[in-house]
Amino acid sequence: MSEHNRGHQHDHEHARTFQRDHDDGGPLPYLQVMEIAVRELLIEKGVITPEQIRRQIERMDARGHSRGARVVARAWTDPAFKARLLANGRAGCDEMGISDLEALHLVVVENTADVHNVIVCTLCSCYPKPLLGLPPAWYKSLPYRKRMVREPRAVLKEFGLELPDDVVVRVHDSTADMRYMVLPRRPEGTEDWSEEKLAATVSRDCLIGVALPHALKQ
Amino acid sequence: MRRHHDMGGTPDGPVDTRAHDAELWEKRVDAVRNLLGQQNLLLTDEHRRHIENLPPGDYDGLSYYERWILSLSNHLLEKGILTADELGRKMAEVEAREAKDREHYK
Repeated sequence: MSEHNRGHQHDHEHARTFQRDHDDGGPLPYLQVMEIAVRELLIEKGVITPEQIRRQIERMDARGHSRGARVVARAWTDPAFKARLLANGRAGCDEMGISDLEALHLVVVENTADVHNVIVCTLCSCYPKPLLGLPPAWYKSLPYRKRMVREPRAVLKEFGLELPDDVVVRVHDSTADMRYMVLPRRPEGTEDWSEEKLAATVSRDCLIGVALPHALKQ
Repeated sequence: MRRHHDMGGTPDGPVDTRAHDAELWEKRVDAVRNLLGQQNLLLTDEHRRHIENLPPGDYDGLSYYERWILSLSNHLLEKGILTADELGRKMAEVEAREAKDREHYK
């Protein structure tokens, strides 16, 4: 049996096992019970270890969109790199030491004065996680999946992004085998900025295409 | 005919653009899914098939990671990595443990 039946000296461990995000005092929802049960069975069977789970979560939490932002900053400062990245997203990432891309193809789409790109996955939630971290809840939401391909300008407006009518909006629908990342336009007034400083202007939402980078005042 | 998950272009209400982090239990589902993937015990297409096979009511009524844990369980049962009996007993055990906890921390 597990340590949970050993009396009351284990409150610390106990509390952690059942830490709830929104504890309303009611019973744990059925599918969260299922999550605990599946995970404990896989651990008991030696398929996975608690240590591996912890490391996975830490890695995802730490990563965020920092790799995507670094790739963009490099593309802004190195035209030859940008050309290679746009020709083959995966090869470009390889050059930067990012070699664990899970998808078969990464397509980097460039925003210009005339074209704005935005990504979606209408069928599920395909997303370049190795570059952007875990997707935000809205990216996986049904309204975003349904409407972005039909009325992108209206959806972008809900994010506070209004584009001039003469800018073409291109919506890229991801698949399990084909992931997209937006290469935003470099903000004005950043001509002498370092790569590191430039990377800090690139938010996750810029890489999805629902926001634009800004040169923040120091 | 369009399958249920194939929803691109259909109408819906506004997007809830508020950012909120994944909850801890959701991150654990994501982690377990990745670990199974790394061992080739779950392929992306298998995962998708199970999600797409959820009944439309479940698909729409459940949150993202609720869909994931349900389809993950279905996959593990189908593969014989877990049995329905084991899962049922373990869930009952977890529920009992959790009920006791709630009493204890009241």
